Amino acid sequence: MHRFHILIAMDSHTIAQGARAVKDALVQDLTLAGLAQEVRVVETGTLGIYGKGVVMVIFPDAVYYAGVKVEDVAEIISEHIMKGRIVERLHYRDIPAQEVRVDEKTPRIGKQVRVVLKNAGSIDPESIEEYIAEDGYEALGRALTEMTPEQVMEEVKKSGLQGRGGAFFPTGVKWGFAAREKSDEKFIICNADEGEPGTFKDRLILEGDPHSIIEGMALAGYAVGAQQGYVYIRGEYRMSIQHMQMAIDQARKNGLLGKKIFGSKFNFDIEIREGAGAYICGEETALIESIEGKRGEPRNKPPFPPSVGLWGKPTIVNNVETLANIAQIILKGASWFRGLGTQNSPGTKVFTLVGNINNPGLIEVPMGITLREIVYDIGHGIPGGKGFLLAQLGGTTGGILTSEHLDLPLAVDSLRAAGAGMGSGALLVVDDRQCVVDLVQNFVEFFVHESCGLCTMCREGNGRLLELLQRLTTGKGVAGDIALMENLASTMMRGAFCGLGQAAPIPILGCLRYFRDEFIQHTQGVCRAGRCKMQASDDTAAA
Amino acid sequence: MPNLNKVDTIVKSYENMRTPLIYILKDVQNEFGHLSEEVLTQVAKTTRIPLSEIYGVATFYSLFTVKSKGKHIIRCCNNAPCHVNGSNEVLDKIKTYLGIEVGETTADGEFTLEYTSCLGVCAVAPVLMVNEEIYGNLTPEKAVAILKDYKMKGSVHA
Amino acid sequence: MKTLSDLRAIKEKARKEMAAREQSAKYRVVVAMGTCGIAAGARAVMSAILDEINKRNIADTIVTQTGCLGYCDQEPLVQVAQADKETITYGKVTPEIARRIVVDHIAGDRIVSDHVFMQT
Repeated sequence: MHRFHILIAMDSHTIAQGARAVKDALVQDLTLAGLAQEVRVVETGTLGIYGKGVVMVIFPDAVYYAGVKVEDVAEIISEHIMKGRIVERLHYRDIPAQEVRVDEKTPRIGKQVRVVLKNAGSIDPESIEEYIAEDGYEALGRALTEMTPEQVMEEVKKSGLQGRGGAFFPTGVKWGFAAREKSDEKFIICNADEGEPGTFKDRLILEGDPHSIIEGMALAGYAVGAQQGYVYIRGEYRMSIQHMQMAIDQARKNGLLGKKIFGSKFNFDIEIREGAGAYICGEETALIESIEGKRGEPRNKPPFPPSVGLWGKPTIVNNVETLANIAQIILKGASWFRGLGTQNSPGTKVFTLVGNINNPGLIEVPMGITLREIVYDIGHGIPGGKGFLLAQLGGTTGGILTSEHLDLPLAVDSLRAAGAGMGSGALLVVDDRQCVVDLVQNFVEFFVHESCGLCTMCREGNGRLLELLQRLTTGKGVAGDIALMENLASTMMRGAFCGLGQAAPIPILGCLRYFRDEFIQHTQGVCRAGRCKMQASDDTAAA
Repeated sequence: MPNLNKVDTIVKSYENMRTPLIYILKDVQNEFGHLSEEVLTQVAKTTRIPLSEIYGVATFYSLFTVKSKGKHIIRCCNNAPCHVNGSNEVLDKIKTYLGIEVGETTADGEFTLEYTSCLGVCAVAPVLMVNEEIYGNLTPEKAVAILKDYKMKGSVHA
Repeated sequence: MKTLSDLRAIKEKARKEMAAREQSAKYRVVVAMGTCGIAAGARAVMSAILDEINKRNIADTIVTQTGCLGYCDQEPLVQVAQADKETITYGKVTPEIARRIVVDHIAGDRIVSDHVFMQT
């Protein structure tokens, strides 16, 4: 167990100013001081501080140092690490970018903050009155009677809300594209085709607080000038479909959907469209194809849906969690929202905590919280006293994080720097009883099953990757297999048609990067975890 | 010989919906059990959508089937969160118990075994779905007990 | 509903009703009935609670449902709330434990302490 983690920024700016030499000096001096076991030095991407020389941050204190030179290293070790005293001379305080802020008025449970989930699990989702009692439809009422569509859009833009489906594109900017288009019809689609393994945040919102989605969609419709919305829910989510349909019926009955809502000139209605079982339909253009009654194969982009979408008309596709934020932003204001999370990633994020974890489930936390806080403070660690092997963030296409990333702030920019992403918010924790190669095979089996078959890269690439992995997990692998997998995976990343084929190699390459030895062992017929059924050679059979 | 007039009734019930093909196929499958060539040809005639396009849709989505299936459809999840919580052991036990592989139907026509994508109840992994009912926190023994109940009663609730 | 004041009237009424309902009933029992809860057996728990309450003619208790609370591994979850007291959340409730909650906690004012997951 390391007492301290020193994260040293390794980006083009800091490297140019000697970050590598500082890191080498740190490692060397720590070893000399006998602290190598207690302090871990981690190279990280940018810490968001530029033009200040070499930058590092020491956890658990979260103290930032800037302008660090090789000759300062000894002082940092003797003062900060050994005596717990901050080296004021180098202390860097101006760090709003990664600071996690929580305002006092927002309800919280321990480290959790509930914005999107404020009603889920506390109101009866089948009762519109209970939603209204919790300030429901107040935002829509105020927007329609006191605000112009431009003001609604401006508020969402100012809030800095980013799409919670995984791409984190600024929601207000996306709305602006559709608002600019002139068309007799425009559409708002709620993407509730939640299928990313380990993700169930949208299900919880749809089941527990369906009116928040209706209100968010109506506000989006008002802002961009759309009169019709569709909620595309995967067919397997029976309860989500029932609760959403009930909510739509109640909203219509109360005049909150339909013609002249709140006595204004705004008309808006919503219908549910059920999916029929296809992971790829979470991709927005594939989803649109599916609503059009076709095979859910992705379209060429551009044009993007805000210009040419459903039935060729301007269309906004927003994720469930994104839409669940909208009414509250309108009600409480953009500056309230910006008071949560980090500068570059405002608001909260809903994570689903799954895999080998004591306390799995669903949590809502401010952006910028660390992996360690989620896994150990909220998730209560790993069952059976097992060790932390890796975490995968964002579903099966998500990046791989290892113990060296435990203190990384989970925000869009910091994750990107570490080669990962927030994705759908699924956090799969894997303990050290598991075999990495077996796990990667499981990922690839998923991609083979879910590839829509449109492009060769994804359809054939994943198939061939699976063959290579099956060789490794049955003891038939050879030394060249690893290089072949890497070559194939990076080619797919560049050549696949849509996000699925492009992202499928991310976890594979991540595991190859951090757990290469384990792959090499498999080519030699050894599975550390003993999960792979290696063809026993004569020697092992005798032993 | 299926009563193809029912296809026409289903198609007509969606005349106010834009591009309703997936909904039509869902209802048709509910009515006839599976999407046979005969039935799909009738859908093509009534909707005036080319049969090739309809067949493309019917074979694209995993909730549609062009082959006849068992009375109960078991959908096992083996995505990563279930996988690291022992879904393989559950699946192996089910295969032995039923004597079939994934994608097959038992000889008595009771059960069809399939994979499902993540059902979003990973905190109670491993999970499986029988028809429209989801069961969680499975062990190999629990899974077999659930299937035995279906065999005896036709259906049970969790 | 045509105006903001219509909405606010409904809000006031709903708030009053929710408050009145909580005052008139001594106990409010909430069963989490999300997909995860049902997959873990919440339906059988709900019927056991209703059955036990009916059998004993308990009048001052209301039973409602809610969605997933986010603690899916503890499902089925049952909350027993009482005005001015801590809310007790029971985890991994079986139909048998559910009946004990009615008999001991609701009829007998004794918390079933060995199955408490959380007090808030």
